[in-house]
Order: sequence, then C-alpha cells, then structure tokens
Amino acid sequence: MSFKSIKYPAFWISVGLVALAGILPLITGSNTTRETMFLVLTAIALASSLNMLLGYAGYVSFGHIVFLGFGGYVGFYLIVDHNWSLWLAMLVGGLMAGLLALLLGKAILHLRGAYFALATIGVNEAIKTFVKNFDLFGGPVGLEVNFLVYKDYGGPAQMQWTTYWAIFGLALLAVLVSYAIKFSRFGLGLMAIREDEDAAMVLGVRTPSAKTWAYVLSAIIPGMLGVILFFRNSSVEPEDAFRLHRSIEFIVMVMLGGQGTVLGPLVGAATYDTLRGFLLTSPLFKDLQLAFAGLLLLLIVLFVPTGIVGWLRGRFRQLWRVLE
Amino acid sequence: MDQFIASLADGLLLGFVYGLAAMGLTLIFGVMDVINLAHGPIIALGMFAVFFLGPPGLGLHPYVALLVVAVLGLIFGAIIYFISVHRILDGPHLSSLLSTFSVNMMIIGVGTAIFTTTPKNMDFSIGGLAFWALNIPFTRLVGAFIAVLVAAALYVFLYRTQQGKAIRAVANNRAASELMGIPSTMTLALSFGIGTMLAAVSGAIIATFFSFSILSGGVYELKSFVIVVLGGLGNPTGALLGGLILGALEGIVPVFLPVSWVPVIEFVLFVLILMYRPNGLFGGGRS
Amino acid sequence: MKRLFLFVILSTITALVAACGGAAPEPAAPAQEQPKAEVAQEEPAKEEAAAPAGGEEVVTIGYTASKTGKLEVPSRGQTRGLELWLEQVNKDGITLSDGTVVKFDTKTYDDESAKERVQSLYTTLIEEDSADFLISPYSSGLTDAAAVIAESYGNVMITTGAASDATYKKGLTSVFQLYTPASRYLTGAIDMLAALDPDAKKIAFVYENAKFSTGVVEAAKAYAEEKGFDVVLFEGYDSETTDFAPFLNKIAAAEPDAVMGGGHFNDGSTLARQLYEKNTPVHFLALLVAPPELQFAELADAALGVVGPSQWEPQANYTKEAAAAAGLEWYGPTVAEFAKAYEDKYGEEPGYHAGGGYAAGVILQRAIEQADSTDPAAVKAALDDMNLLTFFGNVKFDTTAESHGLQQAHEMVYVQWQHDDQGNLVKQVVWPVEGQSAEPIYPLPR
Repeated sequence: MSFKSIKYPAFWISVGLVALAGILPLITGSNTTRETMFLVLTAIALASSLNMLLGYAGYVSFGHIVFLGFGGYVGFYLIVDHNWSLWLAMLVGGLMAGLLALLLGKAILHLRGAYFALATIGVNEAIKTFVKNFDLFGGPVGLEVNFLVYKDYGGPAQMQWTTYWAIFGLALLAVLVSYAIKFSRFGLGLMAIREDEDAAMVLGVRTPSAKTWAYVLSAIIPGMLGVILFFRNSSVEPEDAFRLHRSIEFIVMVMLGGQGTVLGPLVGAATYDTLRGFLLTSPLFKDLQLAFAGLLLLLIVLFVPTGIVGWLRGRFRQLWRVLE
Repeated sequence: MDQFIASLADGLLLGFVYGLAAMGLTLIFGVMDVINLAHGPIIALGMFAVFFLGPPGLGLHPYVALLVVAVLGLIFGAIIYFISVHRILDGPHLSSLLSTFSVNMMIIGVGTAIFTTTPKNMDFSIGGLAFWALNIPFTRLVGAFIAVLVAAALYVFLYRTQQGKAIRAVANNRAASELMGIPSTMTLALSFGIGTMLAAVSGAIIATFFSFSILSGGVYELKSFVIVVLGGLGNPTGALLGGLILGALEGIVPVFLPVSWVPVIEFVLFVLILMYRPNGLFGGGRS
Repeated sequence: MKRLFLFVILSTITALVAACGGAAPEPAAPAQEQPKAEVAQEEPAKEEAAAPAGGEEVVTIGYTASKTGKLEVPSRGQTRGLELWLEQVNKDGITLSDGTVVKFDTKTYDDESAKERVQSLYTTLIEEDSADFLISPYSSGLTDAAAVIAESYGNVMITTGAASDATYKKGLTSVFQLYTPASRYLTGAIDMLAALDPDAKKIAFVYENAKFSTGVVEAAKAYAEEKGFDVVLFEGYDSETTDFAPFLNKIAAAEPDAVMGGGHFNDGSTLARQLYEKNTPVHFLALLVAPPELQFAELADAALGVVGPSQWEPQANYTKEAAAAAGLEWYGPTVAEFAKAYEDKYGEEPGYHAGGGYAAGVILQRAIEQADSTDPAAVKAALDDMNLLTFFGNVKFDTTAESHGLQQAHEMVYVQWQHDDQGNLVKQVVWPVEGQSAEPIYPLPR
C-alpha cells in the first residue's frame, strides 16, 4: 500500500463512516443501538471481506459462509472444550479459515465463472454435512458454552459490549485491508484478472498466486468473526453455521453497494441490513418481506448493476477521488 | 446382497426423476450460460400445482394433472425469462445468478405467505410391486417411467424439430444463429420455458410420493447441481445419467455406511469432479 | 423512456435508503411503525383505566415468532395459544393485594427461523418496547441465543418449544422450561413397548441428524439398554432426506421389533409413509413431533397405529381432582375449557405447541399472583417455588445451580392413531395408563 493514499478523502470517508457507526452506541447509550450496529458492523466486515475476492478479482464465491462456519467452529471448540480465551481462539479461528482458503485456492481457483461459483457451494455443503457427522465438534448437536465462562468477560451484559468492540475492530480491519489491497500492486493485479484473466497472465500477473492470496485474505476475517458470533450466541449448530442463504446475502450487499470499491460493500451492507431490519418489523411488509427484498434485488441487478457507489461514480465524475 | 439389490433398485428409480429436474437446469445453462437459482422454488411450485389440480383440489387424476403442470411450467418459465433474465444475458455471471436468486426469494416469500410452510401430502397410492427382495410402490415406477418418457420427448424435440434445432443452434453460437435468421429471443425464452417445465414436472412427480412444502425445492436444487456436474454442465443426456448415478449412490451408500454420510459423499464427489473433470464424467478431460 | 424509468427506480431506492439510513441511528424507527397495531390493543386498557380502581399496570410480554422459514408451523401454534391467553386474562386482569390491576400486552417480531437477529430483536423488546417478561422463540437453538439477552438483563423468560436439556445446564438463572426436556421424550414409549410385548427385545433408533432428535434418542438408547433391550440399529439421517427407501432396506435387514426416532414433521411423516408402503415388518413405530400433529392423518392407512410422544393432548386428564389426589395446587382453565376456547377462536383443535403457548402465559400469570407483584426478582422466586397442576400438566422447575430452570415434573403423553367406530382416523392417548383414552393397538396393523 502506498501511504500517499491516506491523503485521499476516500480513505477518510470509509474509515470515518465505520468509526462513526461503531461509536454510535456510546453516543446514544442504548443497547438497542448497539445490537443494531452489531448487525450492521458484522455485515460490513463480511461484505468487505467478500469484496476482496468478488469485487477485486471477479471470482464469485457463493459459499463464502464456509469460512465463517469453519473458523468459528474451530475457535468455539477451543473455547468450549479447551478453555481457551476468546481472543486467542478468535485468532486461531481466523488462521484456520485462512488455511482452508489456501488449500481450497490450490484446488478450485483454476475454475472460472459459474464452475467456481458451483464449487464453492459444494465445498460449503460438503463441510456442513461433514461437521454434522464429526463428533469432536458435537456432530448434529453442536457445541454450547457454559454461562460461567461469561464471568471471565464481566458477565453476559458486559460480554455483549466486549464482543461488540471486537466486531467493530474486525469491521475496521476489513475496510483498512480492502483499502490497502485496492491501492497496491497486488490489488491492481487482481483487477487485471477481473477484466481479463488471460491478458493479465500474459502481462506478467502471477494469476494463480494472486487469486489464492485474495481468497485467503477474504477468508480470515469471516473466520475470526464466526468465533465471536458463536460465543455471543452461546451455542452453535451446523445448520446455523453454514447457512448458504446467508452467503448469498453477502453477495447481495456487495452488489447493492458497488463491487470493487472500498466504500461499496460498506454502503451495501449498511443499507441492506437496515432495510431488512425495517422490513421485518414494519407491519406493512413483514409478511411479504422476503418477496419484497427479492423484488428490490431484481431491480438493482437489472437497472443499477454497478451498485449505489458505482452509479454515483458514473453519474458524477467529480466524485471519482472521493468515492473509491 | 438382497439389501444391496433392493436399495439399488430404489435408488435408480428415483434417479430418473432427479435426472429430469437436472435436465431442466442443465438445458438452461447449456443454451444461455445461466445457472437458474430459482430452480428449487420452481420444483416446489410444480408440487403445489399438481396438488391443487389433483385429488385434493380440482380432482384431476395426478397423471393427467402432470400435462397441465407442464403447460403452466412452460408459460411460467417464459415469463421469468422476460422479466429477470433477458436484460442481463450479456452481463457478468454474477448478474444472472443474482437475478434468478431474486426470483427464488420472491417465489418463496409469496409462497410462504399463501401456502404457509405446512407440509402437504398427496395421499395418492396405487399399490406396489413386491417380489423377491424388491418392494416398489407403483407411484415410483410410474414416476420413473414418465421421467424417461419426457426425457425421450425432449430428445426428439431437440434433434428432430425445427424449434429444437434452433435451440441447439442458439446454444452453439447465438450471434451466428441470429445471422442465419433464427429469432434468438423467442428461442431463448422457449428454452427457459422448457427448462422450467422439466423442473416443474419433476416436482409434480415427486409430489405423488413424497410430502412437500414451499421450501422443499431447496433439497432437489442442490441434488440437481450435483447431477448436472456429474453429467457435465449443459449436457441434457448427461444429466439423466448423472441422475441415475446419484440415485444409485443414495441407494448403495447406506448399505455400507451410516446414512448421514450420504450427503458428505455426494458433495465431496461434486467438488472433486468439478476439480478434475469439469466437463462431467462423460465429457472431455480437464478444461 | 428507459432513463426515466431508471430515474424513478433509483429515486425510490434512494428514498428508501435515506429513510433507513435515518432510521439507523435511531432504531426506534421500526418500533415507531408499530403503534398503529398497538393502539388497538391498548384501547380496552385505557377504558379500564378510566374506571375507578386501585390503579392499573400494563405488563409487556415480549417474544419473537418464526413467521417465515422452516419453523413457521409450530411457532404459529405457540403464538396462537399465547394470544388466546392474553385475550382471556385481559378481561379482568390480575388484581394484586394493593388493588392494582395488572393487564398484559404482547410485542412480537419475526425471527425468520434463524439465529442472526434473535439477540437484536430481544434487546429491542426489552429496551424499546419495555418488555417486562419474555417468552422464548420456538426451538432450542434460537432460545439459546435469546437466553443470553434474558440473562444479561435478568428478565424472566419462560421457554416453550425449547426442549433440549443442554440449554438449561449451563448456569442460567432466569430462564424457565415449560416443556418436558428432550431426554424424557421417548422413555415412556420404551416402557409402553415393554408392557405391551414382553417378547419384544430389538429396537432400531433412526433419527434426524439434528440437535433436538439426537438429544432425545441418545437418552432413549441409554434407557432402553438399561431396560434390557437390544439396540440393533442406531443411525441418524440427514435433515433433508426425502427418500427413505434404501434406509428402510437397512432397517428391515436389522429385523427390529420396534422402530423409534424421527425428528420433525416432514421427515417423520415421510418415514412413516414409506415404512407402510414398503411393508417393512415392524410391530411398533414411535416418532417424534409428527404423530401429534393433526395433519399426520393425511397419511391415511400409513398413520394407523403410529405412536408419538406429545407434550399435551386435548384428551389429557389433568383435573382438579387429580391435583387434589396428588397434593398439588390446581390453577387455570380445565382441559376442556381451553380446548373449546381455542377451537372457537381459531377453528381447529389445539395441538401441543398451542397448549404450550397458552400454558406459558398461565404460568406467568400464576407467578405474578403468587409474588403479588410484577417485580422480576419476586416473580422469579415464585417460579422457583412453583409446583402446579394446570390443564397442560404438572410444572415444577429445577432450582439447583447446575440446571436451574430445567423442567422436572411435566410428563409426556403418548398418542396413537386409531380408527374410531365410524372408521375415521382419530388420535387417542394410549400412555401412560392413567391417562388412556383408548387401549393401544399392537402390533402395527399391516
């Protein structure tokens, strides 16, 4: 990353927005705000991570949730069965997710387009059904953490704040890494792959390793996040950990905001999440919220394929330096 | 040994029906390079269609109702095509994945509001066949037979009729076939309609022997993915064979392993085939 | 034209985004939409307030329901039961000794049958909607997530439809389980089999490979072995299995006398149907969740003779007299009163999820009366002391630190589908013997 980029307003806009979202609960002092922002920050962290692969390199990872589930399971297992601290478990969870991505990257990243998308779905389902049969992780029953463990984190109420700040940190990290990649040589290589992989190869981009590293980077934060999420919920089952539907939601967030930009996943995640929360609780839409969300997605795909940020950039050229 | 034979027979019969659903998915992919993520909900709609046309609703015989389901499926598919697929056909892969997924969300959302997720049962039984180690309900036998019939009809259509040839031409090279005067939009809509029809019909057949709800399509959608990859993306004949392989696996694996390992084996196989033989078991080697 | 359309779409979206963006810092926005519905509910309360009384207190009960997704069906029964209770209790309210009349209001959101939003929704319920008491979502997984919030605020949460034992064995203090825990779901079926056929020795456990059903069969397996049964097959199937044929061949090969297990409605009813169609030779079939549902009758002949554990049935014989005989306190409506009120309101016979939803309200109502206050600590203490017989059965909570809140007294009843005199399929309670509405049929008629 060239540190000159810090001078760009775009950098400060992204970081500022996440920071603002993060400290909002302190300003309002309300736990409801905290929980709302928890979901928003989770979405930002996951969408920004996915964007490193989907947006920059143009590879559609449909089963990206596998990293959240796998990393989360490993970390949560260490907490439950080996009394590890949350922080250490979180790091190991992230590393394991990264390792999984490294191995998978060698195996399936040579596939292109729809083939890669299908393979990621297969990987998620294979790992989910495997975990259901894997006794160490509790098989179909999953894992549960004893509430006594929360005492080490100041009791359940304090634990919710602690984990909130952890998610805030991860969201910030995801945005920083996105930014760093985007303005690095590595990032330019990825974008060259997105535009034309064969041409990129001819021009000297080492495509296999570039793709693999993008995949690994996009997996680590979801892995760490999974540990926090499961710990906060106090239990995990295979069906929640590897829910394919949630994977698709991340893609929608990235699309909505604008793939390939730093700000896009951020805006997309925040918009999508608040919108869903609104539809769910609104008396007008709550019975048809799923259908309505589908309709909105269709309209975006058909008419605003570059997402909110992309559209703004296309419309107002003077914003190019501001919205990255 | 008895158990082996019996399970293999059970699995293969169902394999034909799975194969039929997968043919729908693979046909659409072959012609327009679109993975139809609304495939599952369409299968579920086929189930509901036969339920409401059949004995619990209008009272048609389920196998007569199948014909109506086929026509409805064709029309519905063409509508989906014009609404959600036509505009983004030349866009990136992600667009078509997301637009068909949005159709998925809409069908499930409206379907849940109308039908709830309460499982439905056709309560349709026409006896069974029992000899030696085999014990096969006729509904499955007839279901498999219809699946083969439909597959054969599709083959004749694609290879013997003007329309079918047009579809294959468009699949091969859309630009060139347009130059040859083939109305590509109508042909594409027709193929999407046929793909949808196959999914709906297979759903309707499944509804004659399994219970279902609006969410049931998801399972068959995943099975269709596996089958399509086994048979090679875009290859309808391969899909039917892929269906048989999947059916056989589902029959045989439980003989040797706990049944809960069946999906693990299916999906691992799925990934391995994508890795090493992306053109399917019957296609060429590594691309 | 195209541009115009694009513009319209975009401005709509922008407006929506703006509306929601504005809502983000002020999460009360969704709640602001709510009052329309709320006003209607509060109106009777206001009238009452005008009447001269020793003051009135409205207590809010918060819960999430699965209005969409795979848990929609059982969750609906639960919600309906609770809403019926609410309507009835609010006719007079609860009068405390100082003359205060306590009335209830409910607040609910859709949890989409998924964990992600449960904690956020329960926090909203407590913080924004000022829920004083909580009812659990349906299913153990969602309840686990909700319990964290209940615990961190110290709000009492009555759980219904959350049977897993593990939830209550991790040091909770303010969560109370109404249902018989999973570990005791099938033990009665094993006793019943032993009583019906002393020669039956071989049991096959085939179950959905999921949290609840695995918990049930693991406990049942241990119990069966203790009772001298031979477990010839113990195998889980994937939740999404629709074709049991190969599995049935395997079951047949193990030659069991009895098959027990299942998981949820879909797989259970499919298993029963295919077992019948394949003519698999077993004498006894007990399945979780599916048989007590009225829709199970859609299986026609395949349903005949199938046994299922139920938390509660309209034929249950919990009465004032039974309470007196057992030295228990009786409270609330009789079984018949509840069943009739429910049928009048919803036009269908109540199932056990509905009974559970209603009973959760009754328990809370009794605890507030006993505590003579709506103070959470006092209500919690009243729940700890409770040993009550209601239409739903006996309710008594574990008060030890290790498994606080675990249900101790409530018992399962076992139903069996039988033909009545006209040849219609009806559900009869066949076990325990004291509660029988009909003699069990054995072996399975095939």
